[in-house]
Amino acid sequence: MAANLGIKEHSHGAGELPVSRLDVHGSFDVDDFPVPNGREEEWRFTPLRRLRGLHDGRDIKDGKVSVDVTAPEGVTHETAPSGDPRLGTSFLPTDRVSALAFRDFGSFGEATVVTVAPDAKPADPVFIKITGHEHGDAYGHVLVRAGRHSEATVVLEYAGDAVYADNVEFIVEDGARLTVISLQDWDRDAVHVGHQYTKVGRDAKFKSFVVTLGGDLVRLSPKVGYTGTGGDAELHGLYFSGEGQHHEHRSLIDHNVSHTRSRVEYKGALSGEGAHAVWIGDVIIGEGTEGTDSYEHNRNLALTDGTRVDSVPNLEIFTGEVEGAGHASASGRLDDIHLFYLRSRGIPEDEARRLVIRGYFAELINRIEVPELRDRIMAEVEEKLAEHE
Amino acid sequence: MTKFEIRGVRADVLIGAEEREEILKGVDLTINSGETHAIMGPNGSGKSTLAYAIAGHPKYEITAGEVLLDGENVLEMSVDERARAGLFLAMQYPVEVPGVSMSNFLRSSVTAIRGEAPKLRQFSKELQGHMKDLSIDGSFAARGVNEGFSGGEKKRHEILQLELLKPKIAVLDETDSGLDVDALKVVSEGINRAKATHEMGVMLITHYTRILNYVKPDHVHVFANGRIAESGGPELADALENEGYERFVKAGASQ
Repeated sequence: MAANLGIKEHSHGAGELPVSRLDVHGSFDVDDFPVPNGREEEWRFTPLRRLRGLHDGRDIKDGKVSVDVTAPEGVTHETAPSGDPRLGTSFLPTDRVSALAFRDFGSFGEATVVTVAPDAKPADPVFIKITGHEHGDAYGHVLVRAGRHSEATVVLEYAGDAVYADNVEFIVEDGARLTVISLQDWDRDAVHVGHQYTKVGRDAKFKSFVVTLGGDLVRLSPKVGYTGTGGDAELHGLYFSGEGQHHEHRSLIDHNVSHTRSRVEYKGALSGEGAHAVWIGDVIIGEGTEGTDSYEHNRNLALTDGTRVDSVPNLEIFTGEVEGAGHASASGRLDDIHLFYLRSRGIPEDEARRLVIRGYFAELINRIEVPELRDRIMAEVEEKLAEHE
Repeated sequence: MTKFEIRGVRADVLIGAEEREEILKGVDLTINSGETHAIMGPNGSGKSTLAYAIAGHPKYEITAGEVLLDGENVLEMSVDERARAGLFLAMQYPVEVPGVSMSNFLRSSVTAIRGEAPKLRQFSKELQGHMKDLSIDGSFAARGVNEGFSGGEKKRHEILQLELLKPKIAVLDETDSGLDVDALKVVSEGINRAKATHEMGVMLITHYTRILNYVKPDHVHVFANGRIAESGGPELADALENEGYERFVKAGASQ
């Protein structure tokens, strides 16, 4: 368990200082972030060697990554060059990779800008497919803006092979509802360091499903802040880390505004030698805010020996006016009692195990409201399960 | 004709890696098909432990004695083999298994017990019939096993499984607890239907005599301090209703 678990003391006085340690770093200037050496709190779980240079930014040049967008009526999509004033308004990069990707994505092409018109309620999801075409290095940028009172679903899919770093901005304007399904379905050798920065407006609702199955190393940092009261963010995550895969998810919810709600539930399974999953769940409840309702939960299921989980919830509270704040983390094997119940109905042990394991995944997958995606994700989970059953 | 014999069974509850405690201290009981045996007793007397130990719950270990189903040694069977041999345990607290749909679970279970997969249409009709009998809404089939069910819903689902699986011996562990009168009637009717449609021996574990107004026992046993303290006919239940368990609790304490 991390040393910084629990409630932090708050240093008063220095007006210039950010309130929270978790939110200290934020800058577009790459030089504000020293090259990580692996001992920093935010890098200590990541095997830097396997980032293939993404963390220092040297020689990022020869990758080819394409972006294909399919948008229904009510949604426009276009590209925008680096420097376009619409880009980078909703966030400050929080680490070196994010700052590098924002500074240099222009060398690899233009940013993708998707806009859901105000009040639009497109019947079909927007599909943004990001495909790496060879094992080279590249940066990217995506901006999704959901207009006032719109209601839309965006499917962000990563596939193919690349060493890739990107920033994705989700701006959910007042009263809008945006559901994002981010599917990291990379080929086995791919490396991906991604940041997803979300701003949730007044009475707006953001729902995210992060599903990470592929890659050699995937490190995703979804960050949520609020721009108005009544904002609601639900972050659901599912990862299945196979032999030798490193899957790292680092969520940060910054309750910087009163009367906001968040739920973070990430669950994962690990199977095979060297499978490594990291979950860092940071929640800040800001000074002077009231009525925050927050809960985060991480569960991990080890299906074989030789796997490793690091699960670290961090909760920093700077106000006494909290409605609810909590976290839970549990890692372990299959539940004996689940198996007992199924077996007491005659179901043989092997099959009971299969049912319980599939149920573990299905519980989250069933919440995804895009049927074809549900089936596809379940099929891929099946494929991975088959490797060790 | 089935004969279910419990002979000199002693069992421990496993509390921790090193810690265990003996709960059953020599239980003898024989149940023939067609018979209903009520096991009554105060809280903590070991009634539920008897049920779980027979079913093979991982938290309990039988340390002595034997359990025979038509002469076959049940204790040598795995949990699922016991069920396939014809034992059924309706649990006091049925387990929630997230993400596994009730319909998928029931089909797997019926397939395992019957030895072949039922025809889909036939099975669906059979299931719907039983659900209607037990006033279970059709939408439950799509939900996770016991997931978010109320206490009463879970109990009705246990009886649904009893009716589907048609065991030789049914152990019903406090199926009546936490039920209102209407739900108790629905559940009791289910038990009586199962008794009528196939030859079944019933071990009905209960704290209260209330359910015995609906499910008539042939034999009543008082369970106290990990063993059967007294056996009799239905009239014993009436005596318990009037006198309570005090006599048995005291007798145990003085031993």
